[in-house]
Amino acid sequence: MFEKMDDYRWRIPKTYKSGMRVDGVIYSDGKMVGDVLSDRAPEQVANVAFLPGIVKYSLAMPDIHWGYGFAIGGVAATDVDAGGVISPGGVGFDINCGVRLVRTSLNEDEVAPKLRDLVYTLYNDVPAGVGSRGEIKISASEERKLLVEGAGWVVRHGYGRQEDLDYTEERGAIKGADPDSVSKRAYERGKDQSGTLGSGNHFLEVQAVDEIYDESAAAVFGITKGQAVLMIHSGSRGLGYQVCDEYSKGMIRCLSKYNISVPDRQLACAPVNSEEGKAYLGAMKCAANYAWANRQCLMHLARLTFEKVFRKGPEALGMDLVYDVAHNIAKIEKYTIDGKERTLCVHRKGATRAFPPGHPDLPARYAKTGQPVIIPGDMGRSSYLLTGTRKAEETFFSTCHGAGRRLSRTAAVSACRGKSIARELENKGIIVKSSGRDTLAEEAPEAYKDVNEVVSIVHGAGISKKVCRMRPLGVIKG
Amino acid sequence: MKRYEQFPHTADIGVRVFGKDIKELFENAAFAMFDIVADLEGMTGDTVMKFELEAGDDEELLVAWLDELLYNFYTKQLIFYKFKVDKLQDGKLQASATGRPAAANRNRLKTEIKAATYHDLKIRNTAEGYSVEIVFDV
Repeated sequence: MFEKMDDYRWRIPKTYKSGMRVDGVIYSDGKMVGDVLSDRAPEQVANVAFLPGIVKYSLAMPDIHWGYGFAIGGVAATDVDAGGVISPGGVGFDINCGVRLVRTSLNEDEVAPKLRDLVYTLYNDVPAGVGSRGEIKISASEERKLLVEGAGWVVRHGYGRQEDLDYTEERGAIKGADPDSVSKRAYERGKDQSGTLGSGNHFLEVQAVDEIYDESAAAVFGITKGQAVLMIHSGSRGLGYQVCDEYSKGMIRCLSKYNISVPDRQLACAPVNSEEGKAYLGAMKCAANYAWANRQCLMHLARLTFEKVFRKGPEALGMDLVYDVAHNIAKIEKYTIDGKERTLCVHRKGATRAFPPGHPDLPARYAKTGQPVIIPGDMGRSSYLLTGTRKAEETFFSTCHGAGRRLSRTAAVSACRGKSIARELENKGIIVKSSGRDTLAEEAPEAYKDVNEVVSIVHGAGISKKVCRMRPLGVIKG
Repeated sequence: MKRYEQFPHTADIGVRVFGKDIKELFENAAFAMFDIVADLEGMTGDTVMKFELEAGDDEELLVAWLDELLYNFYTKQLIFYKFKVDKLQDGKLQASATGRPAAANRNRLKTEIKAATYHDLKIRNTAEGYSVEIVFDV
């Protein structure tokens, strides 16, 4: 089924399965490809190649693993003006699940004596876990505004600073969000969850920068060796889940209506330009904006906690946002293909946008570096900061999004039976606190692929470049 | 008969559900989902909710049923633990679920399920009864 293309790419030819419109291409390397083969994800890469209007290939990043519909780590671009489709399953339930990275003026030695206090206070002050509720309680009419204004709405209400928006993808509010496309049920599921972390793999992490690969880019990002930084991983909570749920159900009808054949109902889709496609896009953008508002709110709560624990003001703490980027989203972007400019709907499901230096959507400060790409690893190993490259045009400016799971949750729990993950991490100097009873075992480092290997593939393939590596100090899990 | 078992899924949670008939299959699927969400052992409570749902086929109806329960869990803050399907015919479902308020049972909560997916969803009817594999996004 696989054909090796070069050191970093494997092809699933479109002859593999009748109905594939393009080849599948998986980024990996000789060491990791075995793990990829043993999973059911490549079959899903082939299934995505059925989508009408898909351009060039169905892509998978090296952190690929078995998901539902799309593989996690999947990228697919469809040509909007040639009947290209949008699939809610190609975005996922957690619309605009993403990460933000916040620098501080503290170094790891200053954090060390207060680390335990910091972790416990963050755990106390930031709502996390199943069914948790946030502190923003707003009316339905205000909620509609939040869905349009995104992170800007929460900043306007005192949760952060105007310049935070400069360093958020889409300035924290993608245009074209249509609150009328969001059902009453989705509003209800989201209404008191703004400013909550969620559970599962979502986290707040205090990290130390322990290796710098690109001094000049790091300087632009305000990053130095030994510095303490904060990473936040969360998404659109119940509102996004409900939006995906309703539109994936509705789009099953579109398959017969638009004469679309896909091998998995979770790939239900509709032309981007159809009534149903436009409605989903309008609702998806609302959920995306909700997620940016949510991460903005979480960062604000974390800043207040740092101020309390270190007894320092915002100026002295220097907690500026480096960047916030989504890794579950569909975006309308322009690309030149075969000499012609085309408007594509780029699905990134567990993949990070990685714009190159000079891209007009980047803040002026990052014009020379390219977009910061934030790659969270597992809680025992490392996380990375990368930048986008021009070569990534071959992946529709997309790269990996994390380590990628290797073991199922059940397998991880049984592998960890009889040992204390918290104690093992503590022996390595990492303090963890989680609300779910099985979360630590499910999220144990051995459940994940080695993020160092994943990153070395995207770096080697040239679709993003390493800037620095971070090591976890303190972790708060849902 | 075993009500359900988990099967390994790399990113999410997969369950294989069994039932002597399709009604029991739907009841056991709901039980499996809430057994992942919360510790149901020794649960009591008497808040009953009734449901009437419609969908294109049995698979879609199953997902609709599970998502309806999840929606009510999140918005009405009820942990359901007992399920009764009264009628299931021609894509129509009449059922009830019994639960208790989550507020008094926060420490029972385990896993946040985002939704039931359609991924590879196929209800099977064999000599031993009905079965289905469901993948939940967590």
